[in-house]
Amino acid sequence: MRYEAPRTLDQAVELLSAEAGLARVLAGGTDLLVQLRSERIEPDLIVDIKRIDGMQAITAERGGYRVGAAVSGAELGEHEGLTSLWTGVVEAANLIGSTQVQGRATMVGNLCNASPAADAVPALIAAGALVAIVGPNGRREIPVEAMVVSPGRNALEKGEIVESLYLPARAERSGDAYLRFIPRTEMDIAVVSAGVALTLDESGRVSAARVGLGAVAPRPLLVEAAADAIVGTTLDEAALDALAAAASAACDPIDDKRGTIEYRIDVAGVLAKRAANIAYKRAGGSR
Amino acid sequence: MSQIHVSTTINGDQTEYLCEAEETLLDVLRDRLGMTGTKEGCGTGDCGACSVTLDGRLVCSCLVLGAEAEGRSVGTIEGVADGDKLHPLQKKFLEHAALQCGVCTPGFLVAAKALLEQNNDPSEEEVRYWLAGNLCRCTGYDKIIRAVLDTAQEMRSA
Repeated sequence: MRYEAPRTLDQAVELLSAEAGLARVLAGGTDLLVQLRSERIEPDLIVDIKRIDGMQAITAERGGYRVGAAVSGAELGEHEGLTSLWTGVVEAANLIGSTQVQGRATMVGNLCNASPAADAVPALIAAGALVAIVGPNGRREIPVEAMVVSPGRNALEKGEIVESLYLPARAERSGDAYLRFIPRTEMDIAVVSAGVALTLDESGRVSAARVGLGAVAPRPLLVEAAADAIVGTTLDEAALDALAAAASAACDPIDDKRGTIEYRIDVAGVLAKRAANIAYKRAGGSR
Repeated sequence: MSQIHVSTTINGDQTEYLCEAEETLLDVLRDRLGMTGTKEGCGTGDCGACSVTLDGRLVCSCLVLGAEAEGRSVGTIEGVADGDKLHPLQKKFLEHAALQCGVCTPGFLVAAKALLEQNNDPSEEEVRYWLAGNLCRCTGYDKIIRAVLDTAQEMRSA
């Protein structure tokens, strides 16, 4: 195995494109090093992206923020601007692992690792985040929900690398939230998770919404029907019930030791409701 | 494959070593530099026994490659005491009997020191959450939490 720590994105893309064998990008390493140790993967090349300018930066852009691919969870949590704009996204990223893991783990790594249960991803989907990808054919941006293809597989082509995530500007009276269910209080893999982002109009009605679900399908889901169920409402009981029903209807989960199919389907609705209520309050809504 | 030459700072001392690409910082510390205070527990970032600081940030050294330490600053348990003078946390761990077998202790000390450096007045809940990534199978944690809270109080009044 070779280890390279290029100084520019172009060099990183060149290294990844030229490698005939298996190449892996190293950012926080909290998934990659575990995979190396277990010999689940045996790469020929590791490209450490932390020496590349901008990879560890959070930059204000068009009213939102661009988050570099190597920004750690701890750095996200310490960034006041990002935390107040996209509270739910930062909370989701900060739920991953221990203090030690937060010192290294990145949202982009969480996304590229492509687990159906990744904590940051449903919140990023709800936020409408964009993934900036650089590769041999230049730069492209895709919606975050298009990034996870199947368990463990992401949408990157040979030689491509994620440069950053873009979290957009928000209208006034907007809020977001992320909730997951785990059988203990922390440091566990989500059994079910839900992210909701919404905006209210001047009369307190939901004017726009996005709902993301995790751990209930082979990949994290954008559930448009769940968002449609609350748009135009004041998030009254009937709207919340419709949201829950739409969230549950979108689930296609597995049975495993952490939860049954029936349980996951039911809890997806419950968490979507609760996350919507928190997002509603954060948007300044009151009932 | 030739080994990678790394120049880094460990506990304030300029240090150089050669390592393989796949070698972790934990392996480098223990097997190449003889700094065996940092322990290997799980090797997968779950137990915190290998906690060190990297540029001041608490991390598991089993989840860092040795090559990544180039130009960085590493802090280990060997740098916690000042020569023969124990750090207040070490004294309080002894006073409160906050250890039994001792394998988790270096990790707890490095992690607790990192906490107190950024928050000199943590609540019990904050201490418990901060140290949730450090596993101890002997003590039941209570004495560890008490030792950390007592140290914080003593360091504030010093």
